[in-house]
Amino acid sequence: MNDHLHYLARHAAAGKLSRRDFMAKAAALGFTAAAAGTLLTSEARAAGPQKGGTIRMGLQGGSTTDSLDPALSTNQVTLMLIRLWGEPLVELNDDGGLDGKVAESYEASADARVWTFKIRNGITFSNGKSVTADDVVKTMERHSGEDTKSGALGIMRGIQKVSADGDNVVIELDTPNADLPYLMADYHLAIQPGGGIDDPAAGIGTGPYIIKSADMGVRIVAEKNPNYWGDIGHAETIELIVINDNTARVAALQSGQVDMIDRVPPRTAKLVDRAPNITVHSTSGPGHYVFIMHCDTAPFNNNDVRMALKYGINRQEMVDKVLNGYGSVGNDSPINSSYPMFTAVEQREYDPDKAMFHLKKSGHDGEILLRTSDNSFPGAPDASALFQQSCEGAGINLNVKREPNDGYWSEVWNNQPFCTSYWGGRPTQDQMYTTAYLSSADWNDTRFNNEQFDQLLLAARAELDTAKRTQMYADMGALQRDNGGLICPMFNDFVDATTDRLDGWVENAKGFALMNSYSPMKMWVKA
Amino acid sequence: MPLIIKLLAQRIALGLILLLFVSGLIFAGTMILPGDVAQSILGQSATPEALANLRAELGLNDPPLQRYIQWLGGAMTGDLGTALTSGADITESIGKRLSNTLFLAFWAAIIAVPLAIFLGLLAVRFKDRWPDKMISAVTLASISIPEFLIGYVLMYLIAVKLRWFPSVAMINDGMSLGEKLGAIALPVTVLTLVVLAHMMRMTRAAILNVMQSAYIETAELKGLNGFQVIFRHAFPNAIAPIVNVVMLNLAYLVVGVVVIEVVFVYPGMGQYLVDHVSKRDVPVVQACGLIFAAVYIGLNMTADIVAILSNPRLRHPK
Repeated sequence: MNDHLHYLARHAAAGKLSRRDFMAKAAALGFTAAAAGTLLTSEARAAGPQKGGTIRMGLQGGSTTDSLDPALSTNQVTLMLIRLWGEPLVELNDDGGLDGKVAESYEASADARVWTFKIRNGITFSNGKSVTADDVVKTMERHSGEDTKSGALGIMRGIQKVSADGDNVVIELDTPNADLPYLMADYHLAIQPGGGIDDPAAGIGTGPYIIKSADMGVRIVAEKNPNYWGDIGHAETIELIVINDNTARVAALQSGQVDMIDRVPPRTAKLVDRAPNITVHSTSGPGHYVFIMHCDTAPFNNNDVRMALKYGINRQEMVDKVLNGYGSVGNDSPINSSYPMFTAVEQREYDPDKAMFHLKKSGHDGEILLRTSDNSFPGAPDASALFQQSCEGAGINLNVKREPNDGYWSEVWNNQPFCTSYWGGRPTQDQMYTTAYLSSADWNDTRFNNEQFDQLLLAARAELDTAKRTQMYADMGALQRDNGGLICPMFNDFVDATTDRLDGWVENAKGFALMNSYSPMKMWVKA
Repeated sequence: MPLIIKLLAQRIALGLILLLFVSGLIFAGTMILPGDVAQSILGQSATPEALANLRAELGLNDPPLQRYIQWLGGAMTGDLGTALTSGADITESIGKRLSNTLFLAFWAAIIAVPLAIFLGLLAVRFKDRWPDKMISAVTLASISIPEFLIGYVLMYLIAVKLRWFPSVAMINDGMSLGEKLGAIALPVTVLTLVVLAHMMRMTRAAILNVMQSAYIETAELKGLNGFQVIFRHAFPNAIAPIVNVVMLNLAYLVVGVVVIEVVFVYPGMGQYLVDHVSKRDVPVVQACGLIFAAVYIGLNMTADIVAILSNPRLRHPK
């Protein structure tokens, strides 16, 4: 490449040349806009994060009823707030591994039953107090007591005892669990002074920002924590505005009122991306949309009926039409490549002949009733109609019944034998399978009852050898794919957007939306 | 004037009784909402233990009548209780939201009411000629288009393309009056367009009705010109129906702007109410319902009183 162009790009990145001028000069040197843009981005990265400025976010999901208490967090906005002011012991990194946060390091006993976390030396809460192992123990206690309201209670159940030992926190489990550190990355478990028992909603923690004003469900402003130990948190101020309306959120980004939004509607994402100063980021994640059958209820108790339906769905068509391409095809398993120990298997395709074969073999005759509603996932009625059409081609008489949104989760999901639903995914296979596919799970919404699967799940949990564990999960995946009640046509991407006022977006970071909600801390305002 | 005082006292007493009745309805209505507060607060991640704990803590196990009497007593003394979901004091948080809503409604009314009456008078003056037809066509079009669509169109043109005013009407205490007015420019415009037609058409109809009277003909024969006749003779006699429709629209500006608040992300009462309804936060929903009912009844009562006062037969009884 041309030296002169690099010189220009460095100038542009340093702010001595406007982006427009740079692009014009690059074009004059014979470079396409795309190549010049890439070069400019890489030069800006090379210049490193810039400090200062304000990052303004417009996020969906917040409500006036929200609380700053991390135990009660249920939506993207409250999750983002916890990220700003607090930190858990460890955190998922961009590659899907774990980085230490409040804990510097951790180790397991040989049987993975006792875990020791070493607390990072010399870090303080934003109220000035230093972090002790006792604060960590109290935090864990607050989320696991029988009278707790914490959303993390479910993952705290297997913990027998948490105790402080000098700078270490020792966690003892009922049964071995090789994934315990991943559980500790749960966002509810932000470490609070004294466990947050006295004032759970104080918003005091070890995070890179300090909450300055919080009008819940409206607007929250946070400022840089001057004593933060880590190297993230580049902007001086973070302003978070709750914008629940899709069109309003996109308009706020387009009019330059905010620099970053989440949940760009897939239908319009390509149009939004066309604006010169806006980039739409699509990140694959563990979230998926599903059609679930109860394996213990007629006619779905016959595996041939289940197989007929699995061959009767056109997965690619759903990704194209329901997700508008912002997603990937599923393979009748809740696990995809976003999980650490994923093994790829042959993709199941739409095959009317095989569907017809299995239907004949099952001996089932007559219609099959599928229940759906608008809120079971965005576009669920459309997806159900597509499913109905593709089934028709295979001679399956699928009848779609539209249910009201209100009460769908209490009346239909996990009650009716065949319906649409969604899962947000979990960070590890163990958690996902334990939550929804273990035969004793509360949310075993496919009534999947497979002894071999259950045994493998418990054995894998205790296995510290990654290769052996990966094989176990592969076996479980096969069992579930060929016998389970889950039809998983698609994994939905997280679709976020930023303006070119910001830099530092990491493509395909693991975890959830907005770079696992670290985008305001890891991105920076361009000088 | 004993008759008129009696009439006014009757109106006010009726208003209060109505309000008490409505409070009962609100309370009963919120009781039969499906779903459960604890389940809604904790969401999908709720465990049975956490649900039971939260239910006990929120006092959801007390009998309804006991809760109604306690609530009504509190409301009369200005204490609306605390929100179940966030534990915040309702009177305080509603106060802030209500003042935002009133701020928006006030500026929309300041523009819409005089404009509507002026356009109505203009339409009467040029009845069946092009100004009348144009005013009617434009205002009827603006009331017929759904308000969120007008909002989106204005947002696209004025906020995204021209960048004159922001699309997010976020106001906070740190802003000057000028900044606040800039922030609410778009929602005020949409609200004005929405309420304009109703008031303007009513003004036009009411005055046209009066214009058929013999005394208008007399005024014309006296040699007064068109506007003088309308202002001096027709308008004062048409004031009751006009005030009625103005009050109805003012009430709408306070209680009916949920959609506009959502579209423009305005931190008013509507958004506050919707958030709490979806979380089944009953005390907040009741408080909002009571305030909305009070606003509605209060404004309609005002309209009645103005109608009484503007009627010479009631002001000067024989």
